[in-house]
Amino acid sequence: MNSALRFRWKSNVLQAFLIVFAIVQLYPLVWLVLTSFKTNLEITGSNVIGIPAKWMVENYKYVLISSNLGRNFLNSIWYTGITVVASGLLASMVSYAVTRMKWKLSKVVLLVIMSGLMIPVHATLLPIFILLNKVELLNTPWALIIPYTVNAIPTAMFILVGFFSALPRELEEASVVDGCNIYQVFFRIMLPLVKPAIVSVSIFTFLAAWNELMFASTFINDIQLMPITVAINALTGTYRTEYGPIAAGMVVATFPTILFYIFLSDRVQKSIVAGAVKG
Amino acid sequence: MQQVFSNKKAIAVFVLPTLILFVAVGFVPIVQSFYYSLLDWDGIGTGHFVGFKFYKDVFVDDTYGIQFVNSIWNTLYLALLSVMIQIPFAFFVALVLARGVKGERFYRTLFFIPVTISSSVIGLMFLQILNPNYGVLNTMLEQVGLGSWRHDWLVEEKTALSSIFLPAVWQWVGYYMLLMYAAIKGISEEMLEAAKIDGASGWRATISIIVPSVAPIIKVCIVFAVIGSLKFFDLTFIMTKGAPQPVTDVPSTLMYNSIFRRNMYGYGSIMAVFMVIECLLAYFALQWLFRTREEGVGR
Repeated sequence: MNSALRFRWKSNVLQAFLIVFAIVQLYPLVWLVLTSFKTNLEITGSNVIGIPAKWMVENYKYVLISSNLGRNFLNSIWYTGITVVASGLLASMVSYAVTRMKWKLSKVVLLVIMSGLMIPVHATLLPIFILLNKVELLNTPWALIIPYTVNAIPTAMFILVGFFSALPRELEEASVVDGCNIYQVFFRIMLPLVKPAIVSVSIFTFLAAWNELMFASTFINDIQLMPITVAINALTGTYRTEYGPIAAGMVVATFPTILFYIFLSDRVQKSIVAGAVKG
Repeated sequence: MQQVFSNKKAIAVFVLPTLILFVAVGFVPIVQSFYYSLLDWDGIGTGHFVGFKFYKDVFVDDTYGIQFVNSIWNTLYLALLSVMIQIPFAFFVALVLARGVKGERFYRTLFFIPVTISSSVIGLMFLQILNPNYGVLNTMLEQVGLGSWRHDWLVEEKTALSSIFLPAVWQWVGYYMLLMYAAIKGISEEMLEAAKIDGASGWRATISIIVPSVAPIIKVCIVFAVIGSLKFFDLTFIMTKGAPQPVTDVPSTLMYNSIFRRNMYGYGSIMAVFMVIECLLAYFALQWLFRTREEGVGR
């Protein structure tokens, strides 16, 4: 009786703690959504915290029609999309060659690419800027897609190498006996087997590329080509004091990824853990 | 059989595209940064070679009043905040969740949401929250009768740096929580049961069983937090651009400004080189620290 009581008291305290922390983590987002429906007058003083007096759906119409956010959003989708596919494919090919094929320099190649895990990409900013300028790719989608793909490869390989080396040899050998060539072994037999790892890698790469800011604000200054993260920041310059529409733009930029996350939350969480396990 | 798996042409097809890309856009740029750091170069023409001449200026003489060294201390302060407050707190939350509470899955999913939001949105959001006149924080303080605690958070020198680190700590708590949660979940039930039979309960079980079992992941979290702090860029860039100078400057934003605002390519590259060396040193120093601690415990 006594210990049961103590147990319930303890679990209530823990629940209260979790609820408070949940509010801390969620409240800023709730506040952002509420703000996106308010008038400027409310936002700048009369109603900072509460529910909007009148729900200003106009803020959304205004920001979507008068800015490029829709376009910027699509830019982000296709820059990240290509990055995810390209880095996933390239990283699995190298991971396969390094773990399952026999050649002298495999360890060296692995080491060189893995060194990318420790080196800050910040130090590549200026040289890549100069390179892109020279080959006239500044202010094109490739200015982001190429560096993003390269930056995603070390982490992707980190996850994939582990998966590939855990697969049994017999499977490959049997398929060679059945007459598969190496490309068929890779694309038809091995790649499908590491699908879970590829999903993990894709989610990881998606989050990193979608949220990248430094390269995106340096290599692109054409508003038509900006990804959404940079465009949102540029918006605050153009609409300096129209807080409602800015908040609406921020909601538009944020909620697709949050929804995506909530739908796939178990998968996303597993990927994040997989990406860190051997850090 | 052997021929198939040592097919030179296939290896080239699998490896070369990535290797060429990686060398051209990942590896060579690092080497180039080292080279640029030895130049006196304003971005026009090719610049001329001056060797290590400006290194001393960046760290000691500081002709341009950039205060780079101060910005390094700023990131170390963030690293300290992360390791001393964020990670222990995340560990506690992970422990509470992993040991089974009602709504475990719900809370876990929810705490991670901020990690999925881009830092530019987070920065702009907190810019509004911390606004002196109509920000949520000051308004709330006013309403609960703590009006005297109001601050112009991002402008006052005492509060500015902590105010841009606050959103970073807020955003990434869920990330570390998730990593440690998964690790705690991975400890076998038998081990915990055995400890219970031996009479270890509550805090004793936590310290004697759970902490050593999840030590590897705690190390990963510390490495991520420290290196992430040293590379800190986004929130300074979005929220303050270093203002009130040099209070919220960090190395990466100073590098960015030196290169793209002041056109001092060589000078900025010294900062880039410093960040590469700093991150590598931090990584190896942490590994060394963990290893010596382990040996100490083993004895």
